[in-house]
Amino acid sequence: MAPMLQEPALVDFNAPLHAAPKLVAPEPEHCPGPESQQAGKADSCAGCPNQQICATAPKGPDPDIPAITARLSSIKHKLLVLSGKGGVGKSTFTTMLAHAFASNPASTVGIMDTDICGPSIPKMMGVEQEAIHVSNGGWSPVWVSENLCAMSVQFMLPNRDDAVIWRGPKKNGLIKQFLMDVEWGELDFLVVDTPPGTSDEHLSVNSYLKESGVDGAVLVTTPQEVSLLDVRKEIDFCRKAGIRVLGIVENMSGFVCPKCTHESQIFKATTGGARRLAKDTGIPFLGAVPLDPRIGMSCDFGESFFDSFPDSPACKALKGVVRRVGEEMGLGADELLADSVDGMSVDGR
Amino acid sequence: MSLENIEHIVLVLSGKGGVGKSSITTQLALALSLQGRSVGVLDIDLTGPSIPRFFGIEDAKVKQAPGGWVPVSVHDAQPAGPSSDNGQAPRSGNDLGSLRCMSLGFLLGNRGDAVVWRGPKKTAMVRQFLSDVQWGALDYLLIDTPPGTSDEHISLVETLLKQTSPGQVAGAVVVTTPQAISIADVKKELNFCKKTGVTVLGVVENMAGFVCPSCAECTNVFSKGGGEVMATEFSVPFLGSVPIDPMFVMLIEEGKRPVYPKGTVVNGKNMEENETATNGNQEHDRDEGRLVEKYTSCSLHPIFDGIVRQLVTRLEG
Repeated sequence: MAPMLQEPALVDFNAPLHAAPKLVAPEPEHCPGPESQQAGKADSCAGCPNQQICATAPKGPDPDIPAITARLSSIKHKLLVLSGKGGVGKSTFTTMLAHAFASNPASTVGIMDTDICGPSIPKMMGVEQEAIHVSNGGWSPVWVSENLCAMSVQFMLPNRDDAVIWRGPKKNGLIKQFLMDVEWGELDFLVVDTPPGTSDEHLSVNSYLKESGVDGAVLVTTPQEVSLLDVRKEIDFCRKAGIRVLGIVENMSGFVCPKCTHESQIFKATTGGARRLAKDTGIPFLGAVPLDPRIGMSCDFGESFFDSFPDSPACKALKGVVRRVGEEMGLGADELLADSVDGMSVDGR
Repeated sequence: MSLENIEHIVLVLSGKGGVGKSSITTQLALALSLQGRSVGVLDIDLTGPSIPRFFGIEDAKVKQAPGGWVPVSVHDAQPAGPSSDNGQAPRSGNDLGSLRCMSLGFLLGNRGDAVVWRGPKKTAMVRQFLSDVQWGALDYLLIDTPPGTSDEHISLVETLLKQTSPGQVAGAVVVTTPQAISIADVKKELNFCKKTGVTVLGVVENMAGFVCPSCAECTNVFSKGGGEVMATEFSVPFLGSVPIDPMFVMLIEEGKRPVYPKGTVVNGKNMEENETATNGNQEHDRDEGRLVEKYTSCSLHPIFDGIVRQLVTRLEG
């Protein structure tokens, strides 16, 4: 029987790890945070009603990290897909990347969806109605094709539209279970899709994966400054957290009118777009993917855009980006795409 | 307490990111202000605050005053007068309402700084935003939220329930884009509203179609009609469809007054009329004037004017 999220006992929140103590009052100013080594001992803790709770809570690294590392030792490459901004195409790019990696029949690919409150991966992969199976070895991920599997909170919801109204610690618990209890098996690639922002999910993924080694993160953005603003924060986050940034992808870059083939910049790059941001921050620019309504449609229907429209400019641009990601990871093009085409520009133009 | 003199509190929610919550919040605020309502905008997207950018007040800083923070003013109220009746004034003839903002963006030292906070800290910040900002008397407080149904949302609703009188929290405007991926997440948000007892004032469908500036052909970049179907399914009001307008993006990004090429028709309204109106001014005037005045030339203004009228009629009776 698949575990039901409605049962509160699904995740053991009393597990010794970062189980944030239940505070009896709001945190005061200058609070070192319940997970800090200083919790309950700092000067600012004096007089705080939470002092006792914080001082006695367990501290230090998570005792489960060795178990996670052991579980993930059979995964060769781990990739994060990040963006500070929502709706820029993180999940779309994650599925594209996974489909592209899986187009080589020799490699096995897994997707882990850490967006707990708004999971999109199952729908994009066309496996929305599936449920996970529990065996002795742990939870089995849902297999989309022979060599492509996915794991998401969506597979555990009793109803498709149920809201997952969870605070941080509960989300962390589930992410930990995704890493510790899911039978990923022998994978060549694990692509981790993340929610927008720089918060619990990101910190947890990073702290749990650090030991087992992450190849790096791919940042996704759209060209306009409103989005770049948030992506800059994400770069700052990666620096602080010590995550290697493989590069930036600019999505929804330009739109070609199907009637007059006039190219418009729907999301205009008034400040130079991702190219400029990449240059300013010294991060590789991986390529620009044009806005193609057919990408959205393929995602809605859960089909692979690569299979449906292999000749579209967006598809070529995406393949260029995937190849660049591979280069940054130190892999040969032959290992990545089964149908490597020569002479393709990174921009796909 | 900071919320007691606010007539109506409206949340802007969406389960999906990047669908235009902040953009819709901005335009609702401008449209309300143009209808003479005093408006406050509170941005509780802590890890990705966009509101300062939208109102073009990224350099502004919040001032500390006895009793709390003073929100940043975008423009002050302007009493109705014969001089303001030059076509720029709202049709109702009301004065322009004041518009003030509060966001975590104003509190950051550097605009590229990341706010890497876990839940409890975000909760504390949301509580502080709701209790320590000196809004004064407001007709409307719009609260822009991050995507999802997590810490910020739970804290927001909990705190509002505690600190407001019945009827003060008017409800939520839920934003979506038309494609199925977005609808799937937004349905979760509607269920969140149901569970937490927040009234859904209506659904706005954003990015519904893009009008090519060269040939005026409308392309449904992210398909179309999904928002309305969802609203019917959940039996909540559908407030309207908002197309993508690159001129609005230009207005926000560069502060340029929108000007439309000949023959551009948005939602049945010929934007050329507007063009002749602005041609009366000089071309270099495109940069001048306050955001709220420039917004009246935008093709999206009539749409939001309509949406706001629906909301106002419902809330003010």
